[in-house]
Amino acid sequence: MRIQFELNGEAVVADVESRATLADCLRDNLRRTGTHVGCEHGVCGACTVLVNGDAIRSCLVLAVQVEGDKVVTIEGLSGDELSPLQAAFRKHHALQCGFCTPGFIATAHALLTNEPNADAERVRDVLSGNLCRCTGYIPIVEAVLDARVHYASGENKS
Amino acid sequence: MKMSNSYIGRPMERIEDLRMVRGRGTYVADVNRSGQLYAVILRSSVAHGLIRSITFSRALELPGVKLVLTAKDLGAAVPRIPVRLQPLPELKPFHQPVLADGKVRYVGEPVAIVIAESAAIAEDALEYIDLDIERLPAITNREQVEAAPSVLFEDHGSNKAITWKAFLGDADAAFKVADYTRRERFQIQRHTAMFMEPRGFVAEWDADASNLTVWGAAKLAWNNRRVLAAALGVSEDAVNLIEVDVGGGFGSRGEFYPEDYLIPAAARIVRRPVKWTEDRREHMMSSNHAREIECDVEIAVGKDGRFLGLRGQIWADIGAYLRTNGSMGPRNVAQFLCGPYCFDNIDLKCSMLTTNKTPSGSYRGPGRFEADFIRERLIDIVAKELDIDRLDIRRRNLVADSQMPYRLPFITPSDSSNELDSGDYRAVFDRCLREFNWEEKSKLRGSLIDGYYHGLGIGCFIEGGAAGPKENARLVLEVDGSLSVYVGSSAIGQGLETVMAQIAADATELPIEKITVSHGSTSDVKDGYGSYHSRSTVMGGSSILLAAEKLKDVIRATAAERFNCSPAEVTIDGEEIRCAGNRLPLSTLSAEPLEVEASFYNTKHTWSYGTQAAHVAVDPGTGEVKVIDYLSVEDVGRIINPLTLHGQAIGSIVQGLGGALLEHLVYDAEGQLLTGSFADYLLPTASDFPNIHSITLELKPCPNNPLGAKGAGEGGVIPVGGVIGNAVADALSHLNVQPLELPLSPPRVWELIERARQQEAGLS
Repeated sequence: MRIQFELNGEAVVADVESRATLADCLRDNLRRTGTHVGCEHGVCGACTVLVNGDAIRSCLVLAVQVEGDKVVTIEGLSGDELSPLQAAFRKHHALQCGFCTPGFIATAHALLTNEPNADAERVRDVLSGNLCRCTGYIPIVEAVLDARVHYASGENKS
Repeated sequence: MKMSNSYIGRPMERIEDLRMVRGRGTYVADVNRSGQLYAVILRSSVAHGLIRSITFSRALELPGVKLVLTAKDLGAAVPRIPVRLQPLPELKPFHQPVLADGKVRYVGEPVAIVIAESAAIAEDALEYIDLDIERLPAITNREQVEAAPSVLFEDHGSNKAITWKAFLGDADAAFKVADYTRRERFQIQRHTAMFMEPRGFVAEWDADASNLTVWGAAKLAWNNRRVLAAALGVSEDAVNLIEVDVGGGFGSRGEFYPEDYLIPAAARIVRRPVKWTEDRREHMMSSNHAREIECDVEIAVGKDGRFLGLRGQIWADIGAYLRTNGSMGPRNVAQFLCGPYCFDNIDLKCSMLTTNKTPSGSYRGPGRFEADFIRERLIDIVAKELDIDRLDIRRRNLVADSQMPYRLPFITPSDSSNELDSGDYRAVFDRCLREFNWEEKSKLRGSLIDGYYHGLGIGCFIEGGAAGPKENARLVLEVDGSLSVYVGSSAIGQGLETVMAQIAADATELPIEKITVSHGSTSDVKDGYGSYHSRSTVMGGSSILLAAEKLKDVIRATAAERFNCSPAEVTIDGEEIRCAGNRLPLSTLSAEPLEVEASFYNTKHTWSYGTQAAHVAVDPGTGEVKVIDYLSVEDVGRIINPLTLHGQAIGSIVQGLGGALLEHLVYDAEGQLLTGSFADYLLPTASDFPNIHSITLELKPCPNNPLGAKGAGEGGVIPVGGVIGNAVADALSHLNVQPLELPLSPPRVWELIERARQQEAGLS
């Protein structure tokens, strides 16, 4: 099937099988490999991307479901300079193997965009939907809390 | 004036983060080759049985299916995977064939491989393979191993593989004269590494050049190249294993699995690149499991509280085959049950039992996590019964600085002599208590606050590191004055690029920006040994130090020749060379790259050590255990990067908390794995353990390597089961609850409480 949607601000077209997930479409058809697939059953959150601003699991959504939608992946959240979240992740050593990181950044970006003043408990609660096996999460929570100021000031709209 | 770098010891932000946080890392599933096909594995859904037939003609008829291979298609002798660590001849009967050969022995065992134009087509094809298996009784626990209604390996005839024996002094004599002895049974559940990136490979056979390239190597590229080349019947030079970004290892990834052979072999047959990525369910039934043991052990103690001896029997359930490092956990439980304490008399046996479950292997702190749960629980039980303070009894028995180097038990059938290298165990113990505010927190012990009983736990540990025999580094001073560092260590998420760049920068006195580190691929150095046993910083780092000295010699010789002076007159000052009044930038020294190689050899392990303390609260109504506060204090000799070390310490502790409280690979009586998804296998999440602290010290540098560093990163996980077990016992001390099994899940803790209450009420 031929589908069209907006990916990281650009119109894209993809020919996908109707059974293809959005994760497979992004990775295999469109070669945006920053979105990682860790469990394919919607628990680990490594494949989290933004669809119309909401953090969703691209392994649980069929590609055909995003027809006409705005999809943002880690590539769309990245530029030449590190974003505030990315810089905070680096500063706090919030990643080791880095496999889960794009999913965490997508989840955290959606959270802080909507709730720039989220407190530690709220951050932990929202991040508890993403699995990380290396860090023990504490530095990830610290990084997200540290990046809040950039969202509160409105400088980080996407 | 000579410039001097000081990158070592600084919390350098990681080089690898720059790509990883932007989704620009390249993990193996991100590797794509033109014209690639996809592999999917047919796995046994039966735990134990004889293969009557495999019919796959219908699968081959499916459009897009290129190849199906079963054991029969692999030639007269199906390759079997050799044991890497302690490759004893008596373990040979238990080696795993790369495809089930006449028999299946666990759910998840590879039976056939399908190659197709897409992964989806290959998965569809699995439905068209008729696999006829005659079921045999499944062996899933020790009782069945003993009763042996069936045996896994008929030629061997028993479900017991070998028995490790750890011994020192005369245990029986010590138990005869001891004032007090205490015997107890303990059990630790099957759980495992569960790294986030599933395993995968892309293999490409170049028919014209007769060589093979495999992307997806991890941990042990050179070893695995040897094994693969031998199995394929090609020379090692014809095989290149490439390490790309690796999404976590923790001991499990990178060992030689059946797929390490199957994917390259298929690529050679179909003459097109073949890609394979496992899914999570496959991962849970195919990657090494770990830690499942039970034991019946006894401790002898003098009336002054001195430990006199340890003896007993441990049984390790290793699953259906002996994997590459399947002996390490069982061996280590026996050798390191004594931990950081003086026990002059030891007689411990650990028998490895084969069962119809996924084969097991090393997981961070192999055998040590298990041993520490047993020992630290036993110490608390003894202290309570002898009415000795549990802190005092530990202080009294910790190996003293003056006793270093301290001999650990001998171990057979494959001895590896071990002695603790250095350390002030008591100082770290007291530091932990102080930093934890133990005395103040003790006021809460046993009290019921808002429905939770509070308790404190403590435990001590040692962490072995820096396994030999050696590591290799190659340094190339490029013509532009930059430095390329190639090292045989492997990156598994631990920040190797950054740490090795720090070491290389200090050793060469070059700015870190001028240094590029390559690692883990067989093209980097002639022979490499990889990353396991907390070895990469010590072994890889030391080899870089040695290579840097050689490079300086070459630089001096090159400059001397150019300026017609003696090498001794040449001074290297960072990026500038001076000689007889001449000054020369390093970037103009040579028209050719200058290259050196060096090896660091090591026969002695490093021994990090430490103490951990926990404050827990237990809900007697639900059995929930909340970790209120947790602290680890560890001495690692010398810290290269405090940021990465601290991160690993915290991460390791949280993995330990998963093992102590949550994680469990559960099988039913038929040998079916019941925990095949992240909905069933509970990993810690961001909201579970928010209060974890770690302090790392540089108290006693290692005397056995030029860095003074001790392997670190596994340590955090080691004592967690014991510390949490002790804290739960402390919280419930009014009921005399003694946790003897892990995990301390809510149902188990609730049951312990109920049983204790019924006993108290005289109902049992």
